[in-house]
Amino acid sequence: MLGIEPLTAEQITFLLDQAKPLQQIQLHPLKKLATLRGKSAALAFFEPSTRTRISFATAAARMGADTMNLQAEASSLRKGESLLDTVRTLDAMKPDCIVMRHSSSGAPHFVAERIEIPVINAGDGTHEHPTQALLDALTIRDRRETLAGLNVTILGDVQHSRVARSNIQLLGKFGCRFTLCGPAMWLPRELECLAPPGSSIRRVARIEEALEGADVVLVLRVQQERHNEPALALDEYVLLYQLTPERLRRARPDALVLHPGPMVRGLEIDPAVADGPQSCVLEQVTNGLAVRMALLLVLMLGAPGDAKDAMKGFSDAAD
Amino acid sequence: MRVVEKSQLMSATEIDRTIQRLAHEIVEKTGGTTNLALIGIRRRGVPLAQRIAQAMRGIDGVDVPVGTLDITLYRDDLSMVAEQPVVQSSEITFGVDDKDLILVDDVLYTGRTIRAAMNGLFDLGRPRRVRLCVLIDRGHRELPIESTFIGRSVQTSDMEIIEVRLNEVDREERVMLVERVP
Repeated sequence: MLGIEPLTAEQITFLLDQAKPLQQIQLHPLKKLATLRGKSAALAFFEPSTRTRISFATAAARMGADTMNLQAEASSLRKGESLLDTVRTLDAMKPDCIVMRHSSSGAPHFVAERIEIPVINAGDGTHEHPTQALLDALTIRDRRETLAGLNVTILGDVQHSRVARSNIQLLGKFGCRFTLCGPAMWLPRELECLAPPGSSIRRVARIEEALEGADVVLVLRVQQERHNEPALALDEYVLLYQLTPERLRRARPDALVLHPGPMVRGLEIDPAVADGPQSCVLEQVTNGLAVRMALLLVLMLGAPGDAKDAMKGFSDAAD
Repeated sequence: MRVVEKSQLMSATEIDRTIQRLAHEIVEKTGGTTNLALIGIRRRGVPLAQRIAQAMRGIDGVDVPVGTLDITLYRDDLSMVAEQPVVQSSEITFGVDDKDLILVDDVLYTGRTIRAAMNGLFDLGRPRRVRLCVLIDRGHRELPIESTFIGRSVQTSDMEIIEVRLNEVDREERVMLVERVP
């Protein structure tokens, strides 16, 4: 599971359908299943992450699987070990899958080609963050019944956002139309080529115009750590691109507001919107568990060696 | 491997009569329907549970709550099944704590399905009592599990299969005994 791009709409629908019954588990008094008892997932986070790592660890625990944790800060990478050696060492402890985050785009693909067990991309550089797109899709589908043909507005730094890329890949396969809005230097023309067949991408400079008629508004975090120099001063960003209640009124009255977190209140989003009835931020977090549980279930079930057959199309471009 | 039909065990009328009888038996042995709830095991246990509840309404005039349980996540053979298992929703909208529960399924065979169902139930709470109601008990248990309410007990061999067909799922209504022939 390296990205959304190689998946078909049917495979995505299958994964979302599998996540649906797992939402209920979060409401059970006893939340721990034994379905993946005896299996283990290695969590290899080469880039700092709190929410995604906790979400995967919790998802694995609720499915009954164990986790092996590797955190970049404490790892031997600091001592000069190569990525491949680190991953091979983890692999030698015989996990059933590796969940991997890395600051370089394509790092999980590099690893997946060199080890036998499934690799789940938990975010690679500015490339993809497939489980985030899946949980966003589940959240939208819960409130909207269908993903087909929605108008999706994405606000902020689309160029550096793997969340935006995975979402465009996923929702685009269902024929959604995207409107991107943000500082011009974060919205290069090349982004328009990302649209899967049947979808479209347009870039709009004014946020008021970008929000007109939107069914879904995806607010991105200003990723200051990925910028060499700020595109514009933060107070200017607030003035031009912050999602405020007044601006949100341009969208459809039942438009959903999504944010991948961590959210900076008062910067990209007005607190009144973040806490408003259209905000799905906390549902997104809860749905993240269901989506990751479903993915672990699909990828880790099956006798050793059969894992790749069992997941068929979900194994990635590497095969 | 072919499958041939050996005999019909129940007609539509017989299935209906059996469900009526099971509903009466449950009400009689429970001394009413207070605190009672039915849980149908997917798939064919679900319509059976609904029909039993409907029959109980005729007897007692009371609506007994009916829930649906999907046991996929609790099966002990998941890593052995050939195809990707497909998880479906369980729909139990009432609290199971202190409830007097009747699990409903079409066929009781090895007992493993019921074991899985009980694990699923206990994740939801602590029922006061759990009993089992099946349309057909075909023997060959692999676990110490028995049914309190049985539509019909049938002697079978390992090569035989009981096929329960219900209108809601199969668009026909009968129970057949079929055999696998090499």
